[in-house]
Amino acid sequence: MPQAISSIWVYLSASPLLWLTATLWAYLGAHWLHERSGRNPLVNSVSIAVIALIAVLLATGTQYETYFQGAQFVHFLLGPATVALAVPLYNHWATVRRLILPMTVALAAGSVTAIASSVGIAWAVGADPITLKSLASKSVTTPIAMAVTEQIGGLPSLTAVFVILTGILGAIMVTPLFNAMRIRDMRARGFAVGLAAHGIGTARAFQVSDVAGAFAGIAMALNGIVTAVLVPLLANMF
Amino acid sequence: MIAAFSLLVLCQLIGEFLVRLARVPVPGPVVGLLLLLGFLAWRGRVPEAVQSTSRGLLTHLSLLFVPAGTGVMLHMHRLRTEWLPVIAALVAGTAITLIVTVLVFLAVSRLTGASIAARK
Repeated sequence: MPQAISSIWVYLSASPLLWLTATLWAYLGAHWLHERSGRNPLVNSVSIAVIALIAVLLATGTQYETYFQGAQFVHFLLGPATVALAVPLYNHWATVRRLILPMTVALAAGSVTAIASSVGIAWAVGADPITLKSLASKSVTTPIAMAVTEQIGGLPSLTAVFVILTGILGAIMVTPLFNAMRIRDMRARGFAVGLAAHGIGTARAFQVSDVAGAFAGIAMALNGIVTAVLVPLLANMF
Repeated sequence: MIAAFSLLVLCQLIGEFLVRLARVPVPGPVVGLLLLLGFLAWRGRVPEAVQSTSRGLLTHLSLLFVPAGTGVMLHMHRLRTEWLPVIAALVAGTAITLIVTVLVFLAVSRLTGASIAARK
């Protein structure tokens, strides 16, 4: 009997089905914890799912490549999800048009700041070129950031880690920081957190105010587009 | 839902085709996003199926980051040796970006008088 089970395990552990299922359940469990915590930004569902999966992969001696055979079906949806960002952007189009000037200028300034500050600081403290390339697009939503990194020759999976950490940091920092600065305009606050901390920042903005959330969503989509154009251009220059 | 999903992947496919044709260094899905935005503007509304399919994809966007995030196990060595520049860049870079963006937004909306409407 134990031998039968171990031979089934050998078969299943190499099959895409097992690792696809593990990915979905790891996420569902992490999402449940996040909800239970009252959507505390510190209890981040992505990082919990990732830690759980890595623990299982290490414990079973499974290679990442084997895991990815199954997980790729989920990963593939990043492309269509990026395209789908057009829908909330279109839904808020009237607002975008009304505030086109402050948004355009803040978008340009914020986008350049996000790229230059992260790459500049990491360079000054001594990161290597691959790490710098993988950091450049850390402020934008993962599917776009990973595609940009792939384009300029960084490590997309490293970028995914940086993006998620940036999102968590932005979501934690935004409220105390802007309260200390006495900024009350929820449009400006939302726009800044969506630009700097993409979807995780946007989710946080929606908890504070609906207006902030809407502006965060717009900033996330716009910064995704601007960064996707800027980073490869800058990378070609250096 | 299948029709809406087909529309999304079609936009992405055309996007991938265009960036390769024009040899511009922009991710294909981003061009796909712009194509879908153009399509919605041309239609003048968002079809119900497209609305619900995109909401479905975007509400569980976090799930889609998990396979790539798990890839961190391949980079443990790099993170161990470069944790200082990485932490510095992420923490300081995010704070600076938040501050610059919010101040520029406020300054320009004050200059253009757009701030009066939704001040509260």
